[in-house]
Amino acid sequence: MTPLALPAADGGTFTPPTLEDMHLPAIFPWGEGEGFSKQMLLVLLSVVFIAWFFIAASRKGQLVPGKLQFLGESAYGFVRNSIGKDIIGGRDFMKFVPLLFALFFFILVNNIYGAIPFFQLPTMSHVGGAYFLAGFVYITWIGVGLRKYGPRFIKLTIVPSGVPWFILPIVVPIEIISNFIVRPMTHSLRLFATMLAGHLVVALAGSGIAFLIAQENVLLQGTSLLVLVGATAMYGLEALIMVLQAYVFTLLTAIYIQGALHADAH
Amino acid sequence: MNQLIVRAATEGAASPLMPNWWEVLVTAIGFAVLLFIVVKFVVPAFEKTFAERAEAIEGGIAKAEKAQAEASAALEEYKKQLTDARTEANRIREEARAEGSQILAELKEKAAAEYDRITEQAHAQIEAERQQAVASLRAEVGTLATTLAGRIVGESLDDDERASRVVDRFLDELETQNAGAAK
Repeated sequence: MTPLALPAADGGTFTPPTLEDMHLPAIFPWGEGEGFSKQMLLVLLSVVFIAWFFIAASRKGQLVPGKLQFLGESAYGFVRNSIGKDIIGGRDFMKFVPLLFALFFFILVNNIYGAIPFFQLPTMSHVGGAYFLAGFVYITWIGVGLRKYGPRFIKLTIVPSGVPWFILPIVVPIEIISNFIVRPMTHSLRLFATMLAGHLVVALAGSGIAFLIAQENVLLQGTSLLVLVGATAMYGLEALIMVLQAYVFTLLTAIYIQGALHADAH
Repeated sequence: MNQLIVRAATEGAASPLMPNWWEVLVTAIGFAVLLFIVVKFVVPAFEKTFAERAEAIEGGIAKAEKAQAEASAALEEYKKQLTDARTEANRIREEARAEGSQILAELKEKAAAEYDRITEQAHAQIEAERQQAVASLRAEVGTLATTLAGRIVGESLDDDERASRVVDRFLDELETQNAGAAK
């Protein structure tokens, strides 16, 4: 388990950044290991930024939009039509567009932080935010289903129609586990894990470069360039994943709500 | 890496799957505020703009459709008027032709009647004149003949009654001769 420790000429050992290093000390600490952290600051900043941008973009409401309004309308139209209308559809989708819209841009901005120097922290790499969002969606789709079908919704969700009765003892537990237990876990952990992994890779590359530069041996210093090239590629990939995960999270939300609205259709 | 595992094991709270509850709370508050702003301001504003834009476009299309309909209605009207005018012209022409031929026939008829009348009149006049000539000739011839005969005979044939009897007999003989010759 020590291959990462390079045999350096001067005997120094490389210590990779640990998960502990992902949690910076609180900006305003209160008590043991607790306080107002950078992660919290970034979450609040994202709210301010998103609200400011979209209020500014939507406020004028001109028939022939300016640049800012066009950008805002394109972003809003993307979530409204490509996610809301296409997945949920029908007459019901407009009720859920605000939720989908807020989710998408909240996650997007909080993820993109990881690709911006100085911010450099995808806030969803801390599991709390992902848990909250997935939990909120979980409560939402179950609430939507219960409101439409009443208690029958639970039966509709866990007992698929058209399945022979003798298979039900196997299918029903599987449906319960997959819909009510695994679904919110995968929904939150997918977002959290991709962000944490990306953040770790970037941190690892950064500390690796710093370590290699500090070496006496010129050739060893030169290898830091290789790490830099690899890290840049990873950075691009991470930026893509940050956008993609925001989309995936919102898309899954729409699919869960659609499933709850049409629980009797399958 | 050994170090890492050891640290994770000793400080159980550091497991990446354990949330910091303060972070959950801050995310919840932040997201709730954002959702509120989106529901209250952003989505209604965008939807209003979309609706207005759709209305403007649809209004323009409706206006264009109305103009199109009006134009085609006017065209129909003109075509109908043109057809009516053509029909009217044909009718008038037809009537004129009929009237013309009627007038011509009437004129012909009138001319023929006039011709007959004139001919008739001429015949009557000629007949009357002939009768008159015959009468006057008869009288003249009698007088002349008796005068002439008186001169020849040397005897006055002034006895009118006898003279006229003689003349008449002569003329009658003449007429019978004429009639016999004519046969």
